[in-house]
Amino acid sequence: MLRYLARKLIIYLLTFIVAVTIDWAIPRFMPGNPIDALVSRIALMPDANAALTSYFMAAFNLDQPLWRQYLNFWSALFHGDLGRSIMLFPTPVTTLIGRALPYTLGLLLPSILLSWYVGNMVGALAARRKLLDNSVLPLGYLLTATPYMWLGILLAWVLGSTLGWFPLAFGYDQSLKAEWSWRFIGSLLYHWVLPFASLFMVALGGWAIGMRNMIIYELESDYANYLMALGAPQRLVRKYAFRNAMLPQITGLALQLGAVVGGALVTEIVFSYPGLGWLVLSGIQNQDYFVIQGVFLFIIVGVLLANLIVDIVYVVVDPRTRVGLQGDAA
Amino acid sequence: MTSTTGSAPASPATKTGRNEILYFALRNTKLLIGAFVFMVFLLGAIFGPMLATHEPLTFDAPPGLPPSAGYWFGTTLFGQDVFSQFVHGLRSSFIVGALGGITAAVIGMFVGFFAGYRGGIVDEVLNMLTNVVLVIPTFAVLLVVAAYLSVRGLGTEAMFIGLTSWPWAARAIRAQTFSLTSRDFVGMARLNGESTLRIIFGEIAPNMSSYLVMTFILLFGGAILTAATLDFIGLGPTDSISLGLMMNYSVMNAALQLGMWWWFVPPGLAITAIVGSLYVMNVGLDEVFNPKLRAL
Amino acid sequence: MLAVSDLKIHYRTLAGSVKALDGVSFAVGDGEIMGLAGESGCGKSTLGKALIRLEERMMFVGGQVALDGERLPIADDRAMNPYRFRKVSIVPQYAMSALNPTRRIGRMIDELLAARGLKGSTLRPELERRLAILGLTPDVLGMYPIELSGGMKQRVVMVLSTLLDPSLLIADEVTSALDVASQKKVAGALVEFRDRGYVKSMIVVTHDLAILAQIADSILIMYAGKLAEKAPTRTIVEAPAHPYTRLLLGSLPEVGIRFEEKRLPGIKGRPPSLLSPPVGCRFRDRCPLAFGKCVEEPPFIEIAAGHQVACWKADAHAQG
Repeated sequence: MLRYLARKLIIYLLTFIVAVTIDWAIPRFMPGNPIDALVSRIALMPDANAALTSYFMAAFNLDQPLWRQYLNFWSALFHGDLGRSIMLFPTPVTTLIGRALPYTLGLLLPSILLSWYVGNMVGALAARRKLLDNSVLPLGYLLTATPYMWLGILLAWVLGSTLGWFPLAFGYDQSLKAEWSWRFIGSLLYHWVLPFASLFMVALGGWAIGMRNMIIYELESDYANYLMALGAPQRLVRKYAFRNAMLPQITGLALQLGAVVGGALVTEIVFSYPGLGWLVLSGIQNQDYFVIQGVFLFIIVGVLLANLIVDIVYVVVDPRTRVGLQGDAA
Repeated sequence: MTSTTGSAPASPATKTGRNEILYFALRNTKLLIGAFVFMVFLLGAIFGPMLATHEPLTFDAPPGLPPSAGYWFGTTLFGQDVFSQFVHGLRSSFIVGALGGITAAVIGMFVGFFAGYRGGIVDEVLNMLTNVVLVIPTFAVLLVVAAYLSVRGLGTEAMFIGLTSWPWAARAIRAQTFSLTSRDFVGMARLNGESTLRIIFGEIAPNMSSYLVMTFILLFGGAILTAATLDFIGLGPTDSISLGLMMNYSVMNAALQLGMWWWFVPPGLAITAIVGSLYVMNVGLDEVFNPKLRAL
Repeated sequence: MLAVSDLKIHYRTLAGSVKALDGVSFAVGDGEIMGLAGESGCGKSTLGKALIRLEERMMFVGGQVALDGERLPIADDRAMNPYRFRKVSIVPQYAMSALNPTRRIGRMIDELLAARGLKGSTLRPELERRLAILGLTPDVLGMYPIELSGGMKQRVVMVLSTLLDPSLLIADEVTSALDVASQKKVAGALVEFRDRGYVKSMIVVTHDLAILAQIADSILIMYAGKLAEKAPTRTIVEAPAHPYTRLLLGSLPEVGIRFEEKRLPGIKGRPPSLLSPPVGCRFRDRCPLAFGKCVEEPPFIEIAAGHQVACWKADAHAQG
């Protein structure tokens, strides 16, 4: 068990180092020399003040050797310094991320967990009933094939624009002050429904199909056949099959995290929802590279942490990882 | 989310085996429906631009028109012909899907074959690499890379998507290779002193060709989806139109508020249909290649 | 006492019905261990499975199965359930992977027993005693299957399958995945369980005639969905009457070598397709003794006490 987790930890650590290195290297080694272009662009901007220009020179440490730049990058990272935003200079990027994060997490966590849970239930039901299966399967494939933003756009168009049931944009009613009042919370929830629903639905299809296929596979497995040969009722066989089919779905949860985060980013853009996705979009539109890089690192760390949590959960639920005879069960 | 395929490696290909596969393929509704939808859009991508009477990006039409005889899919808020954007966008999607899928398949095959065939330290290192790329949220990487590219073309986009989307394929191919390597005919080839490359491409690859085809199909669909998402966030090709960009333009320019559905429904519908048809084709192919699923 | 008469089981495939069992009749007496042998695809596994649970693609076409004078509803999955485990049981070919990998073995057994309306705790002492007979400590009940070796798992399955003292046990290729030493142990355990009365009668399906020679009281040889010969083990080994049996025995270079998936070197040709089997004797294309009459189907008749053969030339060739 410790070996299993240690192996995973090494991979995550390595991944983190690789990701930080990518983050450091891309602006420096990308064709077209983006930093030079950026610095000269900033210097030419009429409203650019000297502070901004000199900040840039300092932030990239361009006058120092490469290895020094690399070490500085890491050191800044450990001090929680992700640089300063250009569009909102001199706001630190961490502040911007901190502001956007609750919205993204508020969308992501419920939609990931609920779609996983509901998808597994629907998939398990579909594996049992032919009639349900015939509708779940095509619908599931349709949903997984749908781009996240398009389902968001459709929901916004039909339920928001045409029927007017839900707001089309923003995280809360812009005429309200952000405070802990019932009215504000109500407005938050009201604005949350559509982006949540579109994320939830797209993710749902994949889980349902995965669970259905896994259960059918488990029901054909040897232990299921043996139980049925010994006259075990369907109830017991299905219980085992469901439980065993859950295990790959838990691993799948970790593997899908990256894709769902991407989905959340574009969904936020559709609904002008003030989370990380919206922040990234403004960063792209304003060529605010520190913001983009900061969000990148933040997502990496978040996904790695989530992976670790999933691994720990997996160790708890799958005895095979605990007895330690099998290394990589994923 | 990709569907999990559980097909066993096919037995050595024979002539009768091929006829049999064709027999089942022509009777598999999933495969036929998927292939039909895919072909419709592929033909649209190939011949559509020839039918389009307008340039996709020029502003030569009355703005904001709903679909009509003159403008089949209506026009954008700025007076661009949506139909011509759509068919050119289709073409972009297929190009990105194919290039990205090929790139990912080549890397995935290379890593999977060598890790599975060589085993030992080669396997350990490649496996570590695969796991690292697998946990990195590839979308975030693409985001940073694309943001720093001032000029982006379809080719670079496809290449970067391919470079980040191969790990699951490598894993699957590694597992298949692993089980094939222990078979008699591979052992014979090894005893005969054939080179690693010859064994991999002469003995192993042909015997899992059905599996490779299915892997490529899923990579193809995945690349189209990823590209659409990147384009939508504003990091698509800077020199051409794509389905994702169409959705980006429409949302950024209040098509939702104005109810200009003809601007954002076709691109999303096309992506869903293409990717969906690929997934359904994949399930159909699995049934065709895998006798266990086919019989009844 | 098991009595099977004119049992017909087909496999449904897209190409048509494969007549895997085409009318077989035989009996297994109380206390009898009957070996069931034949080439791959002869229907022996189908027969073993059909007596306890039809697979999805197996179709019951006709015939009757009676156990201890009671008719078994083998065609009706639901009605068959009360008989499974209590009356008819199986040690499957896949015994090594027959236990749920994510449950402790003891808990899985308790849950299975509870689902059959029995109490795990009352049967626990008997369970532990029987495990001990096969050299397993009660610790295994607290373990997950992955913690046990293949042979141990198989022994656990043998104990579990026979825990309710079934009247009939089907042992399906239980020795084929084992090394010689383990094979001997398993074979010995089967005999032991019969001797102790845990199982009344037993059908041992196998490729391995050598094992059958050691443990079986009688051997039934099948060919292409039909019965070829049934006789006491001694008779089959020393004086087989069916040409197929003789070739089968003769084609084994040494005792202990099994005629697995490969074609038998001593017998030319291959068994006929069971999609549309030929009329007459199904072995005639490969049979060195075939003559004109073989276009008619030979009946499965008794040529001596307890010795039945389906061959027109059986009488002339029965030695002794």
